[in-house]
Formats: sequence, structure tokens, C-alpha cells
Amino acid sequence: MHLKLSKNTEKDMSKNTELISKSLEKRHRSEKRFRFFGILGIGTAVIFLITILSSIFVEGKGAFKSTFIQLEINFDQEIIDPNKTNNPEEFKFANYKLLINDALKNYFPEVKDRKTFRDLSVFISSAAEQNLMKLAMENIEIIGESKKIWLLASSTIDVIHKNPQMENFLEEDRLINNIQMSWFNALKKNGDIKFGLNTNFLSNADSTEPEQAGILGSMLGSFFTLLVTLLLCFPVAVASGVFLEELAPKNKFTDFIEININNLAAVPSIIFGLLGLAIFLNVMHLPRSAPIVGGMVLALMTLPTIIISTRASLKAVPPSIREAAIGLGATKFQAVTHHVIPQSMPGILTGTIIGMSQALGESAPLLMIGMVAFIVDIPGSLTDSATVLPVQIYLWKSTAARGFVELTAAGIMVLLTFLVIMNSVAVFVRQKFEKKW
Amino acid sequence: MKETVKIKSKKLNVFYGEKKALSNINLEIPERKVTSLIGPSGCGKSTFLRCLNRMNDSIEICKVEGQIFVDEQNIYEKNLDPVLLRARIGMVFQKPNPFPKSIFENVAYGPKIHGLANSGDELNNLVEVSLKKAGLYDEVKDRIDEPGTSLSGGQQQRLCIARAIAVSPEVILMDEPCSALDPIATAKIEELIDELSKNYTIVIVTHSMQQAARVSNQTAFFHMGSLIEVGKTEDVFSMPKEKKTQDYITGKIG
Repeated sequence: MHLKLSKNTEKDMSKNTELISKSLEKRHRSEKRFRFFGILGIGTAVIFLITILSSIFVEGKGAFKSTFIQLEINFDQEIIDPNKTNNPEEFKFANYKLLINDALKNYFPEVKDRKTFRDLSVFISSAAEQNLMKLAMENIEIIGESKKIWLLASSTIDVIHKNPQMENFLEEDRLINNIQMSWFNALKKNGDIKFGLNTNFLSNADSTEPEQAGILGSMLGSFFTLLVTLLLCFPVAVASGVFLEELAPKNKFTDFIEININNLAAVPSIIFGLLGLAIFLNVMHLPRSAPIVGGMVLALMTLPTIIISTRASLKAVPPSIREAAIGLGATKFQAVTHHVIPQSMPGILTGTIIGMSQALGESAPLLMIGMVAFIVDIPGSLTDSATVLPVQIYLWKSTAARGFVELTAAGIMVLLTFLVIMNSVAVFVRQKFEKKW
Repeated sequence: MKETVKIKSKKLNVFYGEKKALSNINLEIPERKVTSLIGPSGCGKSTFLRCLNRMNDSIEICKVEGQIFVDEQNIYEKNLDPVLLRARIGMVFQKPNPFPKSIFENVAYGPKIHGLANSGDELNNLVEVSLKKAGLYDEVKDRIDEPGTSLSGGQQQRLCIARAIAVSPEVILMDEPCSALDPIATAKIEELIDELSKNYTIVIVTHSMQQAARVSNQTAFFHMGSLIEVGKTEDVFSMPKEKKTQDYITGKIG
């Protein structure tokens, strides 16, 4: 009986082994298939990412250089300092456009009539006048002398210079007419046109002229806005996360609050903008277009994100740590502040930085409170009118002038750089705090 | 020498929501002796232990009826502060749970929050004495600033004992302190319990009957939320009065 049974079992075993090995093939195959699709998915994502980044880079790199034209400028005392005061303050009232026009006329003596000359005078950016004024004010001895000076070219010339293939375009497609093209080629032949570093891009605010527009204004706008956001929402969010998770009683009311916080995280950001418009501007009469209001609106938007990540990282701290502290006679609040919060700090900070980078990239709610204005001045405080990086990109993108195309791409590069920096900080903070123990 | 009673429970009933976890427990725990609580899983011995320092307070559905007296004072009285109680009654948990801080900080934490040391020197001294009492000092004196979590399991558990001792409690509660440890570490802890019982009242929950037999003076056997039998350890193990106790210690139920 015993023997029979074991024989049967042996039979069963070999049969089972056969069955299993058959099914194994299928099981391995499905795993391989899944892995293949995974790699395919990641590969596609990487290709798209590289395409996007490289196209942004290719388009935007031109914005970091601009075209300069060399002209022989005669610092005529009659024009700069007609009263012979030798006082640099007086130089401010001079018409430096005349100096440039004279220099252009000297360079191209064949240009006589006013209409043709107008086509020539668009070669030089209006920013060049400011530079000449500064030069004269800082070097009084230059008055009365002639000097070769590199002047910032206008955006139109810059575009032609950066896209040499445009020379072969039809006249009407080219931005400049055939005569202008011939002047451009003459300058090029004489070596009087060159590329230089575009310092305006990193030191100016917005401008109607692409060659004078810069990102610094919106960078500072973003900085002030995020500063307000961080100062408002980090303490409030961490405190409410800790209270809800650790100290509040669990009842219907706190459940209701929790559901609401989770839902708030999913509210479209433009709604927060409308709220800001209705409350902060119309009721509280805070200044329009100001970083302080933008920061308040973004703080509302970021609060739920940080509360949720705070609660999640508090939950991840093992209860044994709380018990240890409470068992020693610590109060609940001491157990939380001495042990639980320090343990969950990396998670809280990561959540905060992710919330902040979300706020950095946000534009919709800021449109509602007027941070979409065209602002030429660099903001110096929380209440100055300002715009932020994503809104600046949007503004440039919607401007017709050809020169803004590369500025848009360059603006995106700056925004992405900040996002990468912020996320690296998040990774760094996480690793540093976790390495400790 | 007559035994004085340190802790006394009277008609103690504990509920987890609708479920009754302990019913009518009357138990006296003698001072400066080791009392072990044994019984199968889910019998309520850990629940009873956690009632003694009101650790169950943090469980919202847990409801306690009846009285527990520590030195003639009912600890479930309304105006008694459980924080003070927990300073008097220390606890060591099943899994070693040192804080993720240095060995020194672990032991110093209790004295710090209660303000027991007036100066840095005093604190250093207190930490050293506590570590010595827990038999850990020689092993860690050269790396007192290293994280407590870098120690071995047995060392971590002794660190937790040192941490509890540092507050100078009157009673130490131990909830299966050796269940996560190997036999050698277990032997060390048992030796330590024996040593500590000279100065402290110890209540230990254990799954191991041998351990109860080795370390305790008094044994209480719990079954299905009731206290079945309590007596001198030798008596309970050699001639149990109740059939259930006999069945449990001979391995028939469990």
C-alpha cells in the first residue's frame, strides 16, 4: 500500500515537472515581452527628451551672442557739449543719434537722400546711443576726437548675420532690401561686423527691441515671487501636516479636512489666480503685478502639495520611534519635534522643493493678477511690478519680431536650468540627510 | 523580608472597540522582583503590560475599566499625568528601537527632557552609569558618538535598557525583549534582568517558558484575556494548580 502510493506520487511528480516546464516557457516569454516594452518606452522617452532639449539649445544658443558693427565715431564737441562746460552731467542731453548718423554717412558716402539713409540708420540699435553717452561721460578726453567703436547692431541685422542663408531669399522674404544687403556685405567684407557676447540678455529686463531685451527682470521677479511663496507656505504647510498627522484627533471633521486638502492639490491653478484677483487685489487692494501677490497665490497652490508630502513622510517614520520617546516620558509633541520631524525632514524638503519648482513653472494664476505686463524696469522689491520666467517666455513667444524667437528658446533654457538646479538640490538634500545615519 | 506590593490591578477590563481584550484582572506585582507574564499569542499579556504605563492611551479605540495602583495611587485617576507616570515606569520594547542618534544622545535623551542633569558633566556621568548598569559601557565606550543603530541587535536592546534606566524609573516593563535576538544576546539580557531586579521592579512579557522560568520570581499565566494563575515561578512550573496552565506549559495548548 505504502509502496503503491509512493509510486503514484513519483508519477505525479514527473508529470508535474513536465507541466511546469511547459508553462515556464510561456511565463518567461511574457516577462521578456514586458521588459522589451519597458525598454522601448524608456528609449522613446529619451529620444523625445533629447530632441526637445537639443532643438531648444540649437535655437536658443544664438541669443547669447549679438552682432556688433564697427564705425568711426567723431565725438564732436558741438554735439555733445555745445556750451563747452566739460561737465559730464551736461552730456546727458546731447543727441548721440547724430554721431552715429554722421559715422554711417562717412562709411557709406554714396547714401545721399533721406529715404535711403533711413534704411541705413536701422542698422544700429538705439541702445548704442546709451553706450556712446556712457563712454563720453566716463572719458571726457575723448571729446573732439575720432575713434573706431563697436556698436550694437539692430535685431534685424543680427538675424541676417546669424542666418547667412537669408541672403539668397527673395527680397520680400528677407527682412532687409537689396541695398541694405549690399551695405551689410560691404561691412562684412571690411571686417567691420562681428559677433560679441550678448550682455543685455543677462542684465536687462524686457524691451520692445529684441537685441535689448533681457531675462534678468523676470529672473528677479521669479526670485521674489518664490521667496514669498516659500516663506508663506513652508511653515504653514509643515505645521498643518504635522498637526493633522500627529496631533489632531481622527474624526469625521479631520477626515473632511484631509479630503479637502487632497482635492485642493488637484484644483486647476488658474482658479487660485482668480481667487487672488478677487481677494488680494479687489478686497485687500494689494498692488497689481507685484511679486508679493504672485507669491501669495502660488503659496495657496503649493500648500496642499507640501502638506501631502509632509504627511506622507511623517507616516513613513516607524511608530517604534514614537513609542520609544513616549515610553521615556516625552510628551507627544516632544516625540514629534525631537524625533519624528528630523527623521522625515528629507521627505518634507523634497516635497517642498518639488512644490517650489512647480510654482516656478506656473504661469496661469499669475496672468490673473497682472504679472503678464510688459515691464522694462528690473524689480527691486516685493511690491514692484514684475513678471516671472514662464510668463516672460510666453510674452516673447507671442511677439512677432523675428529676434524674439531665439530669446524665447534662451528663456526656456534659463527656466530649465533653474528647475534642474532645484531638483538637484532636492536630491542632494535627500541624500545628505539620509547618509547621516 | 516581607514582599511589598509595587503594582496592583483591580477588576481591570480592557476593550479594543467592541472586543474585550482583558477581563477582570486582579494581579499584584511585588517590588524589586521579576514578574513574568506568559501565555499564548493574543492572550492579553502585552495589553496588560501596556496598561501599566498607559501606553495604550495612544490607541484611540482602547478603553480601560477598573484600577491599577502604583504605590497605592490609581494611575487611571483623571488628574494623573501619564507623562510623569512613564518617567517612573520605563519600558523596553519587543524590537530594539534606538533613536537614529548617537549612543550618547540615546541615553541622554530621557534625562534631558526631564531636566535631570544640571550640567554637562553630570549628564556625561549619568550616561556612563546607565550604560554600565546595562552592561554595555565596555563595549561602546570608544564609540559613544556613533549612531545607536550601528550596534548589533543585542547591544541595541541593552542600549534601550540603558536609555530606560537613565531616567531612574521604579519599574521597568519589558515586552518580549529577546524575541528578536539570538541565544547569546538573549543570555546577556537575562543576566542583566537578574542584576537589575536588585534595584528595580521588573515586569517581563515572554513567549519562552524557559526564559520565564530562568529569570522570574513570579509568573502569571494569561489565557483568552483572563488571568488563569499566578504564583511563585517554581510553583507555577512544577505544580500548576490549573489545568490550563499545565496544558500550556506541557505544550498541549499554545
